[in-house]
Amino acid sequence: MTRAIVTNLWLIPAAPLAASLIILSLANSRRSAGAVLAIIGQVVALTLSILAFSLTLQPPGFRAVHNFTWFMFGEQGLRIGWVLDPLAAAMLMMIALVGLCIFIFSIGYMADDKNFTRFFAYLSFFSGAMLGVVIANSLLLLFVCWELVGLASYLLIGFWIEKPSAAAAAKKAFITTRIGDMGFFLGILWLYDRSGTLLFYDDGRGCLENAGLIALGASATFVALLIFCGAVGKSGQFPLHVWLPDAMEGPTPVSALIHAATMVAAGVFLVARVYPLFSLGAINGVTPSLSVVVSIGVITALMASLIAIGQFDIKRILAYSTVSQLGLMMVSLGVGGVAAGMMHLIAHGFFKALLFLGAGSVIHGCDQEHDIRKMGGLRRLMPITFLTYAVGMMALSGMPLFFSGGWTKEEILHATAHWPASRLPYYLMLAGIVLTALYMTRQMIYIFSGNRRAASEHAHESAPVMTMPLIVLASCAIVLSVILTPAWPWLHGYLTGESARFDIAVLIQPTLFVSLALVAAGIALGFAIYRKAAETDPLEDAQPALFRFFENKMWLDELYDRTVIAFTQMAARMSDWTDRNVWDGLVRAFGGMGQIFGSFTTNFDERGINAGVDEATTGTRGIGRVMSAWHSGQIQIYLRAVGVSVLLLLVLYAWLT
Amino acid sequence: MIPTLQLFLVVSVTLFSIGLLAALSRRHAIFILIGIELMLAAASLNFIAFWRFGPQPRPPTGVMIAIFSIAIAAAEAVVGLAMVIAVYRHYRTTNVDQFDRLKG
Repeated sequence: MTRAIVTNLWLIPAAPLAASLIILSLANSRRSAGAVLAIIGQVVALTLSILAFSLTLQPPGFRAVHNFTWFMFGEQGLRIGWVLDPLAAAMLMMIALVGLCIFIFSIGYMADDKNFTRFFAYLSFFSGAMLGVVIANSLLLLFVCWELVGLASYLLIGFWIEKPSAAAAAKKAFITTRIGDMGFFLGILWLYDRSGTLLFYDDGRGCLENAGLIALGASATFVALLIFCGAVGKSGQFPLHVWLPDAMEGPTPVSALIHAATMVAAGVFLVARVYPLFSLGAINGVTPSLSVVVSIGVITALMASLIAIGQFDIKRILAYSTVSQLGLMMVSLGVGGVAAGMMHLIAHGFFKALLFLGAGSVIHGCDQEHDIRKMGGLRRLMPITFLTYAVGMMALSGMPLFFSGGWTKEEILHATAHWPASRLPYYLMLAGIVLTALYMTRQMIYIFSGNRRAASEHAHESAPVMTMPLIVLASCAIVLSVILTPAWPWLHGYLTGESARFDIAVLIQPTLFVSLALVAAGIALGFAIYRKAAETDPLEDAQPALFRFFENKMWLDELYDRTVIAFTQMAARMSDWTDRNVWDGLVRAFGGMGQIFGSFTTNFDERGINAGVDEATTGTRGIGRVMSAWHSGQIQIYLRAVGVSVLLLLVLYAWLT
Repeated sequence: MIPTLQLFLVVSVTLFSIGLLAALSRRHAIFILIGIELMLAAASLNFIAFWRFGPQPRPPTGVMIAIFSIAIAAAEAVVGLAMVIAVYRHYRTTNVDQFDRLKG
């Protein structure tokens, strides 16, 4: 049974991928067929995921792999395979379930789109690729699926390709993540060079197991950092986070999928998956590579929280919240709290999907308006959206007890607080929590309370096909809080392979009160600042320069424009110039020499050889003309000539003799 | 008047000149043929005259040649007249001035 399931684990990603291919082959007008196929694919994936998940529940630390040789080159075989362990199973469940909710929501959200069918093909493709990342037991297979995820995100961010900003955002996402992926690929090559295998787990011979790790030795730090480059790109970590907010150009369900279940989760998942590489040779739980992860995570989390305060686009605020939450997860992984980070990733998947779909519902209700300053007073008009959004907001802010994000955030804080290297990340994380609560309160107040403004005049609640996924996800966000509670650290134990036991005393911890107080402080601060918010932002009035700094995303895009992109363009211009002037010049010089030689031979031919032939023929023709004039055709004239000639001959004869 | 070789030669030359004149100046193809026949006859007369006034006795070579040339002249007249008829059918005239197809 176990064997059969693990061997056929590939069916989970294959189901949505197959659905995607079938939908792509359908005519664009077969709208319902496309949606139904996509959902069937996702339901199959979800069912199989549940089956796989149930397998991993029983023995702690369950891990089963299925490896096989993909192809041979020379003596060496390239082996790939799939792995089923708690990490993969939990991710499978999250991706399949959140994905399904987003698929159903899309039916309502994209109802009026002319490329509805194609949209579902891409969604299925995206989901399938991400499921492939999760089950991969080979760095190569993971990389392949990873790139497929990148491709799918490109297609979906640029789905409204007729909008130039969407096309540019898709390109930006693709190129930015590609920069990280280059590092990732170099890391793979280095790893293969050292350990001779790309399999994670292979009965003790995999690169994450003892033998492989020993073979790696000191280079593990560099390999880990290179692989982390890929994670930085995909998970939108500083300095490659710039694509993530721009990715908001895509349809909102796509944003939900990118930010919750797929794409950005891939980066965090990757670090968790290859964690042994990062923690190799750890002294007291600290390695150089992990310290880098922590630093990047802290910078990202704080920076994104600050930027989020200055944004007015409903989806951009959520995008920056994702960036900051991902930073938080990276910090958690870096300080050794792998389980806490993954739990936050899973909880985040649910509530961020909820928030994005809620935002989608708001946007749908407000005629595609994104600016929160133009909304307001939607609480009564869209009650279901309001309530579910509030749940998502509470979960994101990290309100403990009833909302999933609270517990996981607290676990992360707990892990960070005990990091031996430095206490700084802990304090910065606390600041980040206040900021998160602050910007989410700001968003809630702008959208749902106060007076109705321009865009909310005709707002209406969305159809059940859109609100149902919201309700499901909101319930998940609350139910997960029970599963994630530290009093019964079941999921924690499940992920780390330890058995959990119920202990209510763990609940009462100083960090609980600290985080509770901070979240409350953040929300209260938000209320205090934004209570009378109108068309302008109170912070903008108070601190215009600082606010401008945040609103313009700390001018990072401009900085990149001036440095990296300007440099690239300069290099491109220089290459272009060299091409046009140096190489083209050489080619033209050779061409010119050929032309000169050609004109020389032409002249010789025309003036020399041709002229001689022409002269000869003209002469011949002239002689012929003179000769032919003698031929009168008159037979008697010939006869006379003969007569005269004979006479002359006679005279000559007579004269000579 | 005793017939001498000179007398025959004078007659022959006269005959030849008349033939030549006819062949050169007449426009009618048949008259040209007649002129050619006259020149042939002058030549035959020469042969016979030179044979008759040559040292005797000798085989009749001049007569033989004359007889041959008369036979050839007959054949030639046949061919010439046939050509004249063929040309006439084509040009609808026997005026040699108009037979100028070979003009260069």
